[in-house]
This record gives sequence, structure tokens and C-alpha cells, in this order.
Amino acid sequence: MAATTFGWLVLLCPLVGMTVIALGYNRLPGRSPGWIATAAIGLSFCFAIAMLVAVLNRGSSHRELTSSLWSYATTVGVGAKLEILVDPLSIFMALVVSGVSTLIHLYSISYMTSDRGYSRYFAYLNFFVFSMLLLLLAGNFLLLIVGWAFVGAASYLLISFWYRRTTATRAGIKAFVINVVGDVGLVLGTFFIFTHTGTLDFLQTFAAAPHVFHHDSTDLVVGCLLLLVGAFAKSAQVPLHTWLPDAMEGPTPVSALIHAATMVTAGVYLIARMHPLFELAPTAADVGAVGGCLTLLIAGTIGLAVTDIKRVIAYSTMSQIGYMIMGVSAGAYSGALFLLMAHAFFKALLFMAAGSLIGAMAGDQSLDRMSGFRRAMPFTFGCFVVGGIALAGLPPFSGWFSKDDILAYLNHRGGGFEIMGIAGYLGALLTALYTFRMIFRAFFGDPCPEAKELEEGHLAHAEVPTNPQTGESEDTDVGFPGPEHHIAEREWPMKIAMGTLALLAVVGGALQVPGVDDAIRRFLAPTFAGSPLAAREPSTGADWIGLVIGAAIAAVGIAIAYRVWVLAPGTATRVRERLAPLYQLFVHKWYFDELIDFTIVRPAAWFGQMANTVLDRTLVTSIVTDGTVGVVRAGSAAVRRAQTGFVRYYVALMLLGISAVVIYFLISS
Amino acid sequence: MAIGWYLVVSALIFAIGAAGVLVRRSPLVILLCLELMLNAANLALVAFSRMWGGEDGQVFALIVLVVAACEVTVGLGLIVAMYRRQLPIDVDDLRELQG
Repeated sequence: MAATTFGWLVLLCPLVGMTVIALGYNRLPGRSPGWIATAAIGLSFCFAIAMLVAVLNRGSSHRELTSSLWSYATTVGVGAKLEILVDPLSIFMALVVSGVSTLIHLYSISYMTSDRGYSRYFAYLNFFVFSMLLLLLAGNFLLLIVGWAFVGAASYLLISFWYRRTTATRAGIKAFVINVVGDVGLVLGTFFIFTHTGTLDFLQTFAAAPHVFHHDSTDLVVGCLLLLVGAFAKSAQVPLHTWLPDAMEGPTPVSALIHAATMVTAGVYLIARMHPLFELAPTAADVGAVGGCLTLLIAGTIGLAVTDIKRVIAYSTMSQIGYMIMGVSAGAYSGALFLLMAHAFFKALLFMAAGSLIGAMAGDQSLDRMSGFRRAMPFTFGCFVVGGIALAGLPPFSGWFSKDDILAYLNHRGGGFEIMGIAGYLGALLTALYTFRMIFRAFFGDPCPEAKELEEGHLAHAEVPTNPQTGESEDTDVGFPGPEHHIAEREWPMKIAMGTLALLAVVGGALQVPGVDDAIRRFLAPTFAGSPLAAREPSTGADWIGLVIGAAIAAVGIAIAYRVWVLAPGTATRVRERLAPLYQLFVHKWYFDELIDFTIVRPAAWFGQMANTVLDRTLVTSIVTDGTVGVVRAGSAAVRRAQTGFVRYYVALMLLGISAVVIYFLISS
Repeated sequence: MAIGWYLVVSALIFAIGAAGVLVRRSPLVILLCLELMLNAANLALVAFSRMWGGEDGQVFALIVLVVAACEVTVGLGLIVAMYRRQLPIDVDDLRELQG
């Protein structure tokens, strides 16, 4: 079969899975929805591998295939087709997404067991994977936008999955609104590009772009900047990032899948996919790189200050995606996509381990209350450390090779990009610090009561389930988390999922070792064949120097963290007191929420209020509506007086009227 | 004989009927007066029909008779119903459309 046939099958599996689970609601017994969902995504992964094999059998210059099922409309150049593009980039992304999704589905089978919305959860999750694969395999802007919007909707559904928690529904709305801002940016950007190229098809657009656009022409820069708005909103980059930490209100596997491994990397994919356009518009690309660079620093500093374990990982995600956005914008395509893959492995792993930890804490997410879980949860501890080291970037873990690949490229490219490289190393120090802050606080030190209980074999169980954000007590009925919690030590599906990811996080880096092999770069080469930036790779020696510097920085960061949080536990408090203003800035997340609230939300709310009182109440209600009603009422009051009920009076009026008509006709004739 | 006389008689009868409807309060008399008005119209119709020599006017007059019969049936029925319910037999007292 052709590679594109497999592409369609990749899309079909999650769609079928979603439909079956949704229609079988309340009919599928026990954990079967979870298994069906996992099987659907697993099958999708198998087809993705088949797609890879089919493409590898072709010559390296014939690896971009399109296939179109039917066209919705073909007028004035708009070829609105249901079309997929199978090329190394989309295959790579589809493999990462479907592979990590399979493992996270497997993990969810156990993690969500006691939740009353079990099959709803898996229907949503399958819908998400379908949307994400649609986004990745889309062969034209139209389908890309459809996938892009679907993914946002799925994210909304899953953030607000526990729909009776007000914090969760509010977070879902926030995420959806910011994502819609991104959707609008994407659509408008597409329009700017379409008006010149006259085609929606990706390959035709890229072929036409050098002929219709000058280097850095205004329309292209504006179009690319609007695409960047879409990418920044989806990938949670400053200043459109505030939804991601709040998105942690969703179930932990959702945070792992959507808000760490896959959906938030859609922005990276978008820039990589549009690289021929961004290379023609270097101004827009520079803006993207600077945005990514700022995000990685800002998110890193916030990650040092917040105490909610899931939010720390969320800020870490933002920071890592900052690296990727910076990388793809600057031209380090293979490095950024390599980091995307490695990040999907170790960040999903970290979230899963955090989920297990939260399970052991009976739903509590605060780092302040966790300590000493090392002996109680050896497996989770191992996975968390593996993920943490990969994230911090110690050799020979996957994060080390991938992150330093980007930074070495930036330093090699020069022309101001070295500054970003240095910022990247600073970010790496922060990464090591906040990662090991988490590990040392949660797993080291004296065991907290929950950890002690667990050491004796009792899993903590909250008497009254509470919302970890507000402390309100809540039900365990539908729309809330289930009554029981699950930890990896006791559930084999969770163990398999985490074990596999831990293994991948360790060995994933072997795919691209400078001077030894570069499987990813060679595989992706056909997609980036025409790019002068992609060809500008640093030498092997420079790569290795970068790797050594990166490893040293990570080691220094871990050592500092060890000194601060293990050897001298009071240090953190002293530092916090000495740098109080800085701490306030970080713990308030650089006041971005307040800033957006002040500049956008409040004026919008004020305008709404104004529209309500002035426009609606005064203008519409009192003048238009009440005015009309008043006229009709006055008229009918006048006419009503004629209705006396005296029959003879009516007869007299009738006679008068008829006589008047008769006389009129007599006179006028 | 000229048509004028017929019309004068017809107009007179119509006027008498109309005046009766206006001034009398008993529903029975009002019905009688209505009959007068209808028959005044009939007279005019038949007269015109004779004048033009066609049958249309005669047919119209017949239809008016039928309608008048129906109307009298309904009217008398109403009056009998009013009497049975011991309502006042006076159109000025029967002002409200209530059951």
C-alpha cells in the first residue's frame, strides 16, 4: 500500500475509537473504553510506522506525497480539499504523537479507573489524538486550520473535564479564549499568504512563495507574524502563555499528553512546516526566536518560585517549548524537532510520575506538603529522576543531546544569535535548579505522614476530597475526580507506560549524536532540502564543545539545588528573604495575569458593562422597545374607548360610515 | 311605471328599518326591523332586475331571502336562550360578552 493510504488509516483509527466509545457510553463495561481507546491509538501508531517504512523505501527526493480524498469546493483558486501531506516532517510528528499518546492512554486506563466520567474521558482523548494527527497530516491550510481548532476544542473539553470544579471550568474557558486568539491569527495569516500565492496547498505555496514575495516583503512578514500569533497561543509562549499553568486543572494524564507532549508543540510544528515562508521573512522569524528566548527565561524563573508540582512542570514545559520555538525560528530545525521528541518522552514521564505522586498524596499537589517519598515509591522516584535528569540535560540522557544541539547551532549561526545561545545556557541552569528543587523537596528529607503510611502499605485516602487549588471540599460524583487514587507501584499499566517512557528518555538521545550518527537530520532532510539555514550546521567539534558546556551547567545547577534543598534546607528561605522583590515577581508569575487583566480583560468587561447599561438598557430597551410599546398602547387606549358594547351605537356608526361612502361616491361621480 | 317609485318605496322601507334598529331596544323588534331593511334591498334588486330584464337581481333576492331566514333562526334562537336564562330582553343591558 502507498504511504498515503497508511496516512489515512492513521487518521481513521482514533476517529473510529472515539465514535465507538462515545456511542457505547454506559454500555461498555468496566475498563473496556480505556482498552478500546488504547488499541485505537496503538493501531494508529502501527500505521504510522508502516507509513515510515513505505516512505523509507522511496528515494530521498521522492518522499513528499500528497493524497486527496475529495474536494469540498474548487473556485477562484481555493482548492478546498480533504488532502494530506505525507513527508518526513509529518511522519516524524505523527510517530511521536501517536507513540506517546498510546502510552498515555495506557497510563490513563489505571489512573482514571474510579472516575465516573471514564468513557467520556477516553472519547475526548481519542478525539484529541484524531485532531492532532489531522493537524499534522494536513496537506493544505484549510485542513490545518480545522485540525488547529479541533485541538483547541479538545483541550478545552479535557481541561474542564471535571466540570463541577469551578476552577477547572474557568481554566478551560481561559485556555479556549486564548487559543481562539491564536486561531484568528492563523486564519488571518493564511489569508495574507493566500492573497499572493493564490493557493491553499502547502507544497504549491512553498513553490510559489519565492516568486511572488520579495525578501522580507511587508505582506509576508505580517502574514508570518500572524502565523506566529497562532503558534504562540498554541505553544504557550509569552505573552499568550497564561492559559497553560491553569490548564493543569485537568486530569494529570491530560497534562502529560496535551499540555506537555503533543498539543503545545503544534506551534513548533507550524513554524517548521512553514519554514520556507519564515526564511523569506527573517524579521518574523527573528520575532519568533526572541519570543521563544524570553519565554524560556521567564518560565524558568517562575518555575523556581511556584509550589504546585504540576505547575512547576507546566512552566518547565513552556520553557522547553521556548527552546524549540527559538530553534525552529532561527533555523535549527532538526535540533528543535529532536528536542520536541525527547521532550515528549521525558515531560510525559515527569507528568506521569507527578500523577503517581499526587495519587499518593490523595490529590494534594503542593510541594510544601510533600517530602521523603523516596523509599515509599521507589519506582516513581526512579522515573522522576530519569525524567528530571533528561530535562536538566545530563549526559547521556536525551535532553542533553537535543537541547545542546539547538544552542550549538545558535552559537554557530552568529549575528546576534549568540546572545540567545547564552540565554539558553542560563535557561539550562534554571532548568536544572527547578527540576531538582522538585525532586529534592518531594522525594528527599523526612517522610511526610502520607509517605510514612505508604511505607507501611497504606495508600493515603482523603476523608473529604478537596479541590487542591481552593481547598473547598467536593463530591466524588460525576464531574469531580473519583474517590480513589492510583499509584504506579500498584498498577501495571501505569508501570509499563512509565517504564517505556523512562527507557526512551534515556536512550532517545542516541538517535542524533554529533559525529556518530544523525538519524533525525538525515530523515528530515527532504523536508528541509531547500533551506539555506538548515544546511548551516555547526561542525562536530563545536557541537561537542556545546555538549560539554551544557553538561557542566546542568551539573552545576544540580549541585546548587542539592546544596540549597538537601544539605542546608534553610537556604531557600534566606535567599527568598534577601531577594524579596525578585521572589515576589517570580511567585506572581511576572504579573502577566494582572497585566492582561488590566489591559484587556478589564477594558473588555467595562465595555460590556457600558454596552449593557448605555446601549442596551437606555437605547434599545427604553427608546426602541418601550417607545414602540408606548405608541401601540396609546393608540389602542384611544381606540378602546369606541368599544362601548352598545349594539345600537355600532349600528349607528356603521350607517354613518356607509352613508358617508355612498355620499362620497355620489358626489365624486 | 318608472323605476323611481320602486326605489323611493325601497328607500323608505330601508329608512324605517334602520330607524327601528337604532331606536328600539328589544332584540325581537330589532330583528323585525332588520328584516325590513333586507326586504327593502330585495325590492330594489327585483326592481332593477325588471328594469334590465335580466334574472340576476331575482337570484340575488332569493339568496337574500335564504340568508334572512338563517339570520332569523339564529336571532330567534338567541332570544329564546336569553329568555330561558332569564336575562334582560334589552340590547342595552346586554353589553358585555361574557358567558
